[in-house]
Amino acid sequence: MNERDISQATVRNLIKRIAGIVRRTWVHIFLLTLGFVVLMPFLWMITTSLKPLELMRVPPHLIPTHFYWQNYAIALESAPFGRYYLNTIIVTIGIVVGQLFLSSLAGYAFARLRFPGRNILFLVLLSTLMIPIYITLIPSYLIIRGFGLVNTYLGLILPFLVSAFGIFLFRQYYIGFPKDLEDKALMDGCSRLQIWRHIFLPLSKPAFATLGIFAFLFAWNSFLWPLIVTTDPDMWTIQIGLAMFSGRYGTQWTYLMAGTTISIIPAIAIFIILQKYYIKHLALSARLG
Amino acid sequence: MKDETKAAIICIAPAIAIIGTFTLFPIFYSFGLSTTDWDGLSPTINFVGLSNYSKLISSGAFWNSIKVTLYYTVGVSIISVIAGLALASLINRTGGRLASFYRVIYFIPVVTSFVAAGVVWKSLFSPAGFLSDTFRSIGLSPPNWLADPIWAMPALIIVGAWMRLGFNTVISLAGLQSIPRGYYEKAKIDGAGALNRFRFVTIPLMKPIILLLLIMSLVDAFLIFDLAFVMTGGGPLGATNVAGLLLYKNAFHYYKMGFASAIGVMIFAIVLIITLVQMRLFKFGRRA
Repeated sequence: MNERDISQATVRNLIKRIAGIVRRTWVHIFLLTLGFVVLMPFLWMITTSLKPLELMRVPPHLIPTHFYWQNYAIALESAPFGRYYLNTIIVTIGIVVGQLFLSSLAGYAFARLRFPGRNILFLVLLSTLMIPIYITLIPSYLIIRGFGLVNTYLGLILPFLVSAFGIFLFRQYYIGFPKDLEDKALMDGCSRLQIWRHIFLPLSKPAFATLGIFAFLFAWNSFLWPLIVTTDPDMWTIQIGLAMFSGRYGTQWTYLMAGTTISIIPAIAIFIILQKYYIKHLALSARLG
Repeated sequence: MKDETKAAIICIAPAIAIIGTFTLFPIFYSFGLSTTDWDGLSPTINFVGLSNYSKLISSGAFWNSIKVTLYYTVGVSIISVIAGLALASLINRTGGRLASFYRVIYFIPVVTSFVAAGVVWKSLFSPAGFLSDTFRSIGLSPPNWLADPIWAMPALIIVGAWMRLGFNTVISLAGLQSIPRGYYEKAKIDGAGALNRFRFVTIPLMKPIILLLLIMSLVDAFLIFDLAFVMTGGGPLGATNVAGLLLYKNAFHYYKMGFASAIGVMIFAIVLIITLVQMRLFKFGRRA
């Protein structure tokens, strides 16, 4: 092989590599453009929330020239978003803490304890994942009303204090722990509950993070249940408040978008912080759903 | 009783109590309610047999709600599954660089609430909104989306698919990444072009995942409520009056708890049928 051949081969290789890079760049450009399109509604929401109200009629610019931060103040004044926020935070904390605690406890029993009826009970639990909310909605409402819990935080929290998904998640997590983990503790005279409390619970951080973000997003975004168990505006969650605000202020988009932005921030922030736990277990949730 | 059993009872009792009270018992309760004419308030409850169901079956509003719900369900599922697979294939082609970045970008709509998405899209679709202006700027005359009985449902489908796209993309991407590289290289050596590789390697190997995503989308989308509530309230002329809204209005606006429970039972039956079909398909898929 002479030098000419070698240099020709190098050039050919180089061209091939450049072609690969160019092709990949096109794909990246396409994906980035599409990503921009997908996120466009959020951009629209934020920019609209910073525009003066009267400019809404003329053909709109995507990027405003002046930022009207006062829209947020006006939105916060015209509806008690602070109150909605507080309600939502209380309900969300209740649901997340309840689900973490009770799912971990039940998941531990299903994974590590032998008791009569365990398998059949677990199957029944799993089958509840296929039950749509519409067949349980009216009875659940009547039960909550029977307990006198309409317009209370407990009424908003109680039905969602535990989830079959969470129990399944923890069972799968605990079932992989080595057997001798509890044997030694049992010989030392620890009770089963102590083993859960002192050995399993401290090792549960990844499962807590995963169920935590699922439960958080569920609680923060839920609409239908709060809609029917709260009639008192003081008990509305952020989603109800936003929907009612939208109904009342119809086309005053600037304030409406300010309110929407306020309502969205926590969910997106939590997702971005905990996304690796969320996305990793999406496949699991897919298999269950 | 053994200590182990006692401990197990303590561990599962709260979970069983809650799921029993708010999921299992309500199923029977709903069946029972659906045979009454109860308004949810009066002390007397009359047993009316199956008359709620016969009323449902002869009710135009009910069949309309099933029709528009199916329209939404099928539209969202097909668009979001195909688009998700296409998008995942493209992300997969970039060789993994930026994959997690794209995942986050495309996933943000999935974690947004339907209410917030509904409000934002309602403004995008409004006659003075961004979408209508974009249409006008390229010389098209946009429909008055949400006020037009023909265009209201397609508008909801666009939003529904937008909210589901990220989920389907991430699951599809996980599936694509699990296909061994060697399969593609062998196909390449055998002379298969990019399209044929997609047709003969990707599609068959992704079939179980595509099926799973399709069924999940169908079941999920069928339960639509928030989006229709916020964007159209069921209008115009019932064009988006989905089954969930019909149930809600009957139960909590007209106080027809018995009749609404019958709607709930029907929704349950339809979701059950979709789920059973899924199970059949999956068994079939595994044997093949």
